[in-house]
Amino acid sequence: MSEHKGKDPSYDLQVLRERVAGTTGREYWRSLEQLADSEEFQRFLKAEFPAPLAVLDTPVSRRGFLRVMGASLALAGLGGCTRQPTEKIVPYVKQPELVVPGEPLYFASAFVLGGYATGVLVESHLGRPTKIEGNLEHPSSRGATDSLAQASLLDLYDPDRSQVVSLAGEIRPWSAFVDAMTAETKELVRTGGKGLRILTETVTSPTLAAQLRELQVRYPKARWYQYEPINEDSARRAAVIAFGENVDTRYALENADVIVTLDADFLGHGPARVRLAREFADRRRVVANDAARADMNRLYAIEPTLSMTGAKADHRLRLAAGDVEAFARHLAVRLGLPGGMDSHEASYRDWLGALVRDLKAHRGRSAVIPGAFQPPAVHVLAHAVNRALGNVGSTVFYSEPVVAEPVVQMESLSRLVAEINAEQVSTLLILGGNPRQSAPADLAFATVLAKVKTTVHLAADFDETSQACTWHVAQAHTLESWSDARSEDGTVTIIQPLVEPLYDGKTAHEVLALLLESGPMSSYDIVRAYWRSRNEQQDFEVFWRKSVHDGVVAGTAARAREVALNDDWQSRIAPLSTYAAGERSVEVDIRPDAHIYDGRFANNAWLQELPKPVTLLTWDNAVCLSPVLAAELGAENGRVVELTAGGKTVRGPAWILPGQAERTVTVTLGYGRWKVGRVGKKVGFNAYPLRTERSPWRAIGEIRVVDETHELATTQSHGSMEGRHLVREGSLERFRKKPDFVRDFEHIPTEGTSMFPEHPYEGYAWGMVIDLAACIGCNACTIACQAENNIAVVGKEQVLNGREMHWIRVDRYFEGSLDDPSVLHQPVPCMHCENAPCEVVCPVNATVHDDEGLNAMVYNRCVGTRYCANNCPYKVRRYNFLLYSDWETEQLKLGRNPDVTVRSRGVMEKCTYCTQRINQARIESKREERSIRDGEIETACQQACPAEAISFGDLNDAASRVSRARNDPRNYSLLGELGTKPRTTYLAALRNPNPEITPEADDHGGRGGHGEHSHDASHGVEHSHDASHGVKTDHG
Amino acid sequence: MAARSGRDDSTETSQQGPIIAPGHSFETVTDRIAGIVLRRHAPVGWWVGFLIGFALLQLMLVSIGWLLIKGTGIWGVNNPVGWGFAIINFVWWIGIGHAGTLISAILLLLRQKWRTSINRFAEAMTLFAVACAGIFPLLHVGRPWLGYWLFPYPNTMGMWPNFRSPLIWDVFAVSTYATVSLLFWFIGLIPDFATLRDRSRNRAGQMIYGMLAMGWRGSARHWHRYETAYLLLAGLSTPLVVSVHTIVSFDFATSLVPGWHATIFPPYFVAGAIFAGFAMVLVLAIPLRKFYDLEDFVTLRHLDNMARVMLATGLFVCYGYMTEAFMAFYGANPYEGYMMLNRFVGPYAPLYWALIFCNAVSIQALWFERVRATPAALFVIAIIVSIGMWLERFVIVVTSLHRDYLPSSWGMYAPTVWDWGLFIGTMGLFMSLLFLFIRFMPMISIFEMRTLLPEADVEEHED
Amino acid sequence: MAQVFKPSANTYARLSIFGALFAVVGILFAFAGFNRSDYMTQARVARQQPVPFSHRHHVNGLGIDCRYCHTSVERTANAGIPATEICMNCHAQIWKDSPTLDPVRASFASDRSIEWVKVHDLPDYVYFNHSIHVAKGIGCVSCHGRVDHMNLTWQESSLQMEWCVSCHRNPELHVRPRSEVFNMDWAPEDQATLGPKLVAEHGIESRDDCTVCHR
Repeated sequence: MSEHKGKDPSYDLQVLRERVAGTTGREYWRSLEQLADSEEFQRFLKAEFPAPLAVLDTPVSRRGFLRVMGASLALAGLGGCTRQPTEKIVPYVKQPELVVPGEPLYFASAFVLGGYATGVLVESHLGRPTKIEGNLEHPSSRGATDSLAQASLLDLYDPDRSQVVSLAGEIRPWSAFVDAMTAETKELVRTGGKGLRILTETVTSPTLAAQLRELQVRYPKARWYQYEPINEDSARRAAVIAFGENVDTRYALENADVIVTLDADFLGHGPARVRLAREFADRRRVVANDAARADMNRLYAIEPTLSMTGAKADHRLRLAAGDVEAFARHLAVRLGLPGGMDSHEASYRDWLGALVRDLKAHRGRSAVIPGAFQPPAVHVLAHAVNRALGNVGSTVFYSEPVVAEPVVQMESLSRLVAEINAEQVSTLLILGGNPRQSAPADLAFATVLAKVKTTVHLAADFDETSQACTWHVAQAHTLESWSDARSEDGTVTIIQPLVEPLYDGKTAHEVLALLLESGPMSSYDIVRAYWRSRNEQQDFEVFWRKSVHDGVVAGTAARAREVALNDDWQSRIAPLSTYAAGERSVEVDIRPDAHIYDGRFANNAWLQELPKPVTLLTWDNAVCLSPVLAAELGAENGRVVELTAGGKTVRGPAWILPGQAERTVTVTLGYGRWKVGRVGKKVGFNAYPLRTERSPWRAIGEIRVVDETHELATTQSHGSMEGRHLVREGSLERFRKKPDFVRDFEHIPTEGTSMFPEHPYEGYAWGMVIDLAACIGCNACTIACQAENNIAVVGKEQVLNGREMHWIRVDRYFEGSLDDPSVLHQPVPCMHCENAPCEVVCPVNATVHDDEGLNAMVYNRCVGTRYCANNCPYKVRRYNFLLYSDWETEQLKLGRNPDVTVRSRGVMEKCTYCTQRINQARIESKREERSIRDGEIETACQQACPAEAISFGDLNDAASRVSRARNDPRNYSLLGELGTKPRTTYLAALRNPNPEITPEADDHGGRGGHGEHSHDASHGVEHSHDASHGVKTDHG
Repeated sequence: MAARSGRDDSTETSQQGPIIAPGHSFETVTDRIAGIVLRRHAPVGWWVGFLIGFALLQLMLVSIGWLLIKGTGIWGVNNPVGWGFAIINFVWWIGIGHAGTLISAILLLLRQKWRTSINRFAEAMTLFAVACAGIFPLLHVGRPWLGYWLFPYPNTMGMWPNFRSPLIWDVFAVSTYATVSLLFWFIGLIPDFATLRDRSRNRAGQMIYGMLAMGWRGSARHWHRYETAYLLLAGLSTPLVVSVHTIVSFDFATSLVPGWHATIFPPYFVAGAIFAGFAMVLVLAIPLRKFYDLEDFVTLRHLDNMARVMLATGLFVCYGYMTEAFMAFYGANPYEGYMMLNRFVGPYAPLYWALIFCNAVSIQALWFERVRATPAALFVIAIIVSIGMWLERFVIVVTSLHRDYLPSSWGMYAPTVWDWGLFIGTMGLFMSLLFLFIRFMPMISIFEMRTLLPEADVEEHED
Repeated sequence: MAQVFKPSANTYARLSIFGALFAVVGILFAFAGFNRSDYMTQARVARQQPVPFSHRHHVNGLGIDCRYCHTSVERTANAGIPATEICMNCHAQIWKDSPTLDPVRASFASDRSIEWVKVHDLPDYVYFNHSIHVAKGIGCVSCHGRVDHMNLTWQESSLQMEWCVSCHRNPELHVRPRSEVFNMDWAPEDQATLGPKLVAEHGIESRDDCTVCHR
């Protein structure tokens, strides 16, 4: 058996087999084009994905495939060497200019979430997008992306994506829909659009906005409503209360010395998160003896549940979400503002005092950030506080709204529902979104929909809403469509397609065009027409080419606004609502899921299997509760608990999360969908029922333990470092006193103690340094690596068995008390040890050292003894216990990186430092007879990292970024005492505690520490560990 | 030489009870042993035993089939525990294999006459155990059909295997061991095949045993060459007794996994192997001598000697355990220290303490003459020890791997039904082979038994 | 009692013992030979193509340069299989009615590719790059043989790993002046002295690390 690179495996469909016969990765595309429209292909799709199937519990066809493999074993065993099958080459008929087989092209586009764009560059191999990367030019990307943007590539190829137009579930041609719409419009034109309603998600697209306005001109009686479950309502309401007008608030953290978050997870949520992560991290990297970089920001996080931001905080205050407003008011009062709160005996009184003094000491260089899930009052207070501290203009900026039509979406939706109930709506266009699942429970949107005569749902998946609509139209993926969108700072990106729609999906533009009738009908023409109308004066073609090429339209950033705070703001905000915390009642905090978001990524296997930033859970959402509450309820991990709030009941497995505020639980949205593809089916529980129109993010309810358990798959079951110095951390003070404090914990063996001869490394010596002070544990690296290296998804069962395949994982350790620990993140790729323990033990030389110091893994030579994995102290080696790569689904093959082998069953794999990129660069440099420049090679993880925590390059070049990082006093080797001499090293994490709150006492050895605490911290997690596996031990 | 040895054991007899019951002649010995093979119908007991073994053998084949179709993932192995049952069972079986060679080779060189009545099936047992062991290293790899890549042969890839890897050493050690044991066993059998050839009444028997006897006529020249060859092979296989398990232990000792990386491993493994081997010989010998009433040939003296060897090696193994524990803490290496603590109180602690009971506590009974003289008691202890030695391998492999350096990667290991299927299946293979051996070959060396008889001396003088 | 065997049996016995040994060795050698046989490697087997394209005619006869059709050989991993367009550049005028070229015209008209049979087919886990070999002065002929003498094209070399590394381990035996890379007829006067000189000039570091070809 030899490896294959996404080549056609043996499966039954003979016809198709012949069509794709031997088209290798590179020449694949054309033959698929031929395929895509053939009805064999359509039948194949139907045949391949009939009933729902869990992602990897082997479908019938796979069994067939395995049988063939099994049969071929005999032959392989006999022959050993396989004779190459005859393959075809399918060249172009007319070669498009630019396209050269084997040379990837990069196109600027955007990833749009919640209406806001993040600029991206998409790598394309012969017209097949294979990798998404950040766009340096784009203000909210600056070359980086988050995990969602990376994973959105997989959605493009998702075989479960909706592929048809359908009427009441019956498949219809697009033309049928067009006819129906023209019929509709006749009527509508007559009545001036009476009964026509359009429901969109947040719209920033200038073109779409223009179309909608035009629509309202044409149909004066029509209305446009917006709803998205995760929205900015609080901020909008607050802006109006505070300033009397709609303005956007933006934070610039590069100038912020002190940051206070009021339940705001600015690193983990929101359209600005990538930019903010960068700005935040830039102020965490302290460089010894460099005046410019000598200082470090200080982050205070006030939050109910441990978020990425909280994990990074220097001081974290656990408060129920409902108590955050009180805190904000206290803060205001302490700063001499009317907080409507007399200073009282708050538990956090001294803490607050210290915080206030710190803020006062940094007037104009601090930022108070309110959380999107907090009521408007908190936002108003934050505005007032920021103004009082003189932060406006230095760290806080106001601008005209970026969205086309700023509305309070919850009101918008309820108005729509009211109209429907009043029978004023005959035609409802739902352009994107899944309101049937995501609308607040009390609006009963499902039943409401039934009352509308004609409902049209444009969506990527045939989802819950589509089910309830008359028409469903498959929506094209962003990478398939022409459109435009604005980033959080307003900059417009013109979105260009990388590929013809795989399942000929349509865009919102095209659907609206049907109603507008006049004017262009294809999104390309529509978008161009709009921008042409905006640019009569200058040469349009020049403008167009430049804008599309750069991925940003120059000079479109939202205009800044001078706003004055209403004097009577305090009286305008509702008085502090105190909720009666009954004996058995808890606060339920409802949050978007870190990876599934509002449910739109439920069918994305990459994201399902990506461990959530703090809990490291995969394939599930859980009810996170504090150790105290868990003890009180007698609930251990995986025990099902029942939440009852406002008459609604939700059941989900418990997960004990250290750092959770005591009488609160946190649930995340987007799971428990019932009409979704095979990946998301029956995964997690649906938390939407707990949301109400009035209080979408917080519910007060009862909790009780149910006599059920649900196994939760986490990728890390043990949270303590057991006193080992794995993640090294010190305070800023300590670092200043002793820049190389990391040396305190190590006993590196002396040189030349190895029995084996040292490698010389004359040429390049590749190395990587990961700055733990910058790393925010967002997992973007993991998913970027997965996309770049064709890493397979294994499914929940396999994750439970510790068989996940990620080449770079982000370890998470807890330190300190179990109830309120601090969190340490550590990304762990292959260390590429110079004395690699894996290399000596491999019997067949399948993993060997190359002369640039790479620890090469040769899949096609590997026989799979797993000895290397046993002997790897970092446990970064990943083994294909079963056939994990999908060799059958045609669409998935298209998305694979043709420069990386697709691994078959029974072989080991691991991080290669993206050796394909190194080779590419080496070959180019050699052709040009020069040496590789520093920064010319970027590994996938490095490229994606929003915090720029990863540097990679040539250690033999003293000037390279990585060499400089390696000479940083904070640099240390993980388990260096083993004498493995890792090429991947770490810069110690730093925290900047306020001496008033934690007096400088941690000279005892920093984290990784001798603390007894660390043990009980471990224990809570430990139990979970044994519990989660205890179940399994019975299987044996 | 027979004469001298004859005298030796006549003197021994006086001290420690006979190694062959009095009142036997060439005829009786030959009849008794050859009779078992040459009788027309096998006893019911044999059929029962064989069929059970054969059924389990089918289980093995099914387990292997499914493994080849689905892949290693059907087992419980995972990250971090990359080796599970396969390696545990491999080491266990190889260990059992040791008694045979030890008894045949070393005891021969040491002129321990008492070996003669047990060496034959001990050797057979060795071969079968090695056969069972051999299955695992091949099947535990992800792509068994490429297993031949481990052999250094001129290939189209223009590359060699990695001679630094202990697994390569294994390949040589185990295959050498298997070959030499086979030759040794076969040569030992030749004179007896001749006997069977001459005594068997049907043509087929005569033909088959005839071929196997390779024209043995018992001439002086034959005997002379035979003795030389046998001694040479004994000399050759003596180092193997030590080398094989030493090298197997290198699989662990040369790695840097806490709990594996220990210099005590080679001696400790060899002792353990002999310990396990003798336990298995007892497990087999005691029932056999009963059912085929061979008490005259496998006397209490034999059982007693074997019990003594078990006690000695068992104590050596205990010393190994103590050294492991001591070094773990004395070495002041946090990872080693934690590993040991984890064995004592971690999730797998019960298995560890069970192993201590089986291998350290239970054998203390062997200090007592009366226990050593009670076959039933010996049988029970031998069983316990066999289990204990399996547990030892489990503890070494699993508890070392499941929590090594980075707590973030710690995990648990639980065998699946397929792990058990293959393990029990190999027992089936072992049983099947053993019963076939009992049925078709003399389980005790006829001619060597003869040399033990007083008549042997006489004969010597007559020539 | 009657003898079971005749005396000759001894001879048979001896023969069978030694025979067995030789048989084993023999089989191993036969197997090694089979692995390297043209049957396994598909070397020197001319492939039938939808259009019987003759390199001999085009290269030798008409003297068309390799790069006219294999456009990307100096730029990318793939030498580049010519698009139908390139054939039509000439065959729009020449042989424009010849039935042999029907598939070409059909392809051009219908915009459906010609499906050529792949002659040099490396396993998918091998990443070969034409451009760097050309840049370092490895002639087409070194791997592809005298393509200019082939009517139907075949694969000259075994393409087995031992063949690749034989050159990667001593490139001086095969390197040639850059000017002669596309020259089929070029033969060195004295490779022994030229080789090492060129290796130095072209900065060839003979890498036989796995990562060079396997990713």
